[in-house]
Amino acid sequence: MIKLVGLLVIALGFALRFNTLLVVLAAGIATGLAAGMSFNEIMTLFGRYFVETRYMTLPVVLMVPVLALLERHGLQERAEMLIRRAQAATAGRVLLLYTAVRQVSISLGVNVGGHPQMVRPLVAPMAEGAARARHGELPAKTVQAIRAHAAAAENVGNFFGEDIFVAVGAVLLMRGFFETQKMEVGVWAMALWGIPTAFVAFAAMIWRARRLDRRIAAEVAAAKQSGGGGGA
Amino acid sequence: MTLLTLELFYQLCGALLAVVAWRIARDASHPRRWGSAAFWSLLAVVFLFGRQLPPVVTGYIVLALVGLAALKQVERSRADGAPREVRLAEAVRLGNRIFVPALLIPLTAVMGTLILGRLRTGSFALVDPKQVTLVSLSLGALLALAWALRVSGAPLRAPVAEGGRLLQVLGWALILPQLLAALGGVFAQAGVGQVVAEIVGRALPAQQPFVAVVAYCAGMALFTMCLGNAFAAFAVITGGIGLPLIVVQHHGNPAIMAAIGMLSGYCGTLLTPMAANFNLVPALLLELPDRNAVIKAQAPIALAVLAANIVLMGACVYRF
Repeated sequence: MIKLVGLLVIALGFALRFNTLLVVLAAGIATGLAAGMSFNEIMTLFGRYFVETRYMTLPVVLMVPVLALLERHGLQERAEMLIRRAQAATAGRVLLLYTAVRQVSISLGVNVGGHPQMVRPLVAPMAEGAARARHGELPAKTVQAIRAHAAAAENVGNFFGEDIFVAVGAVLLMRGFFETQKMEVGVWAMALWGIPTAFVAFAAMIWRARRLDRRIAAEVAAAKQSGGGGGA
Repeated sequence: MTLLTLELFYQLCGALLAVVAWRIARDASHPRRWGSAAFWSLLAVVFLFGRQLPPVVTGYIVLALVGLAALKQVERSRADGAPREVRLAEAVRLGNRIFVPALLIPLTAVMGTLILGRLRTGSFALVDPKQVTLVSLSLGALLALAWALRVSGAPLRAPVAEGGRLLQVLGWALILPQLLAALGGVFAQAGVGQVVAEIVGRALPAQQPFVAVVAYCAGMALFTMCLGNAFAAFAVITGGIGLPLIVVQHHGNPAIMAAIGMLSGYCGTLLTPMAANFNLVPALLLELPDRNAVIKAQAPIALAVLAANIVLMGACVYRF
C-alpha cells in the first residue's frame, strides 16, 4: 500500500497547483523511497529513463525552427485564405475531415499527423479560417475552443485508427504480452476487433464537430449582441 | 553498422538547444537571463552527451532542470514574433508555395518509413528499421527547413531565432513528457501496478462476467490516467484483472478483450494531464491560456467511447 504514495503526491500536487515538473519528480522520489531504493538509485532511474525517452521531445525541437520560419512567412494566414474559398467549409467539418484522414491513413500504417507538424501550422488555422469566413471576426474564447478541438481531432484520429494496423506498437505490444503468458493470440483478430471502436470514435467526433459549429455561431451572435462588434 | 541513427538527430537537437541557450545568455533584456540560459544549456547537454554520461549524473541534471523550473527561473524572452500585417503580406507574396515545405514533412516521413528501412547491403544499413519512423520525420523536418529557406529567401539565423522564441513559449513543459515517462518507469520498478490491480480485484464483485468487463475497461482507463500511458497500464491491468477473470474464470475471448481493453486505455489517455505530449504540450503549442483546454474538449468523446467499449466487450467477449 505504501507504494501508492506517489499517486497521492501527484493528486495533492496537482490540486495545490505546484509546478508540474516538481510534482512529478517528487512523486517518483517518494515512490522510490517507499520501495526501499536509495536516493542515488532513484536519480539513476530518472537519468536512464530521461535519456531513453529523448525521442519524445525530438520531433518538437526539430520541427520548431521550420515551423516558426514558415509561420513568420504567413503559412497560417495562407491556410486561412485557402479555406475561405471552400464554400461548404466550417470549423467542425475541417476537423472532422482531418480526423477521418488521420484514422484511415494510420490504420493503413501511414502516419501523416502530429501536433507540431500538422495541427499548429495547418489544421487549426484552417478551422479558424473556415469559421471566420462564415462569421467574421471571432471572440477570443471561440478561437481557443476551435484550437482545443483541433488538438482533440488529432488525438482521436491518431488513437482510434492506430490499433487496426497490425505492424505497429499497440498490436505488437499485446501479442508480446500474451507471449510472456504462453498464449497464442492472433494479431489479425486483435486488429479487427479494434474496428468497431474506431467507428464509435468517429461518430463521437461527428457529434462534437456539429456541436462546435453550433457553439461558434452562438458565441459570435452573443458577442455581436453585447456590442463592440465581437472583436474581443 | 547504421548510417543514420537517432543519436545523430539527438546531437542536432542538442546543438540547436545550445544555440538557443547562447542567444538567451547574450540577451540583456531577457527577464530571467541566467536561469533560462542554464535550463536550455543543461537540456542541450542531455541531448548531446546523454549516451556517454552515467545515468546518475543525468538524474542530477534532471533534478537541476526541475529545480530551475520550480523556482520560476525559466521564462520566455521579451522578443515578439512578426506582426500579423507582415505575415499577411508574406502570405500574399509567396502564395501557395509556402505549403510545399509544410507538406514535405509528412511526405518525407511517410516515404522514408516505407523505403529507408529496407535499404541495406550486407551488414551495412542506412537506417535501423526500429527507428525508421522518427528518422524519417526528422529528415522531413530538415528537408522542409532547406526548402523553406529557399522559398522565403530568409537567412539561416531566422529559423534559429524564431524557433528559439517558440521553444521558449513551450518552456519547461517541453520536458514534461520525458519526466512523466521516467515516473512511469519508477512506478513499474517499484511495483505500483500490482498493488492497484490487487485493490481493484478485491474491491469489485468480479464473479459476475459483466462486472469483470466493467472492472477491466474502467481499470484500463483509470490506470492509464494515473500513468499517462496505456501501454504501461495494459500489462498490469490485463495481468491483474483481464486474464484471471475474463479469460480464465469466464472463458472470454482474449483477442477481443485485449483490443477493446487497449482502446479503453486510450480513452484514459484523452482524459489525463499525465499524457503531457498529447494533451498539455499541444495546449501550449496552440497558445491556449487554459492548459487543460484540450482535455476538456476531449472528455465527452473519451467518456462516450469508453461506455461504448464496455457495452461492446460485454456483448462480444463471451460470445465469439
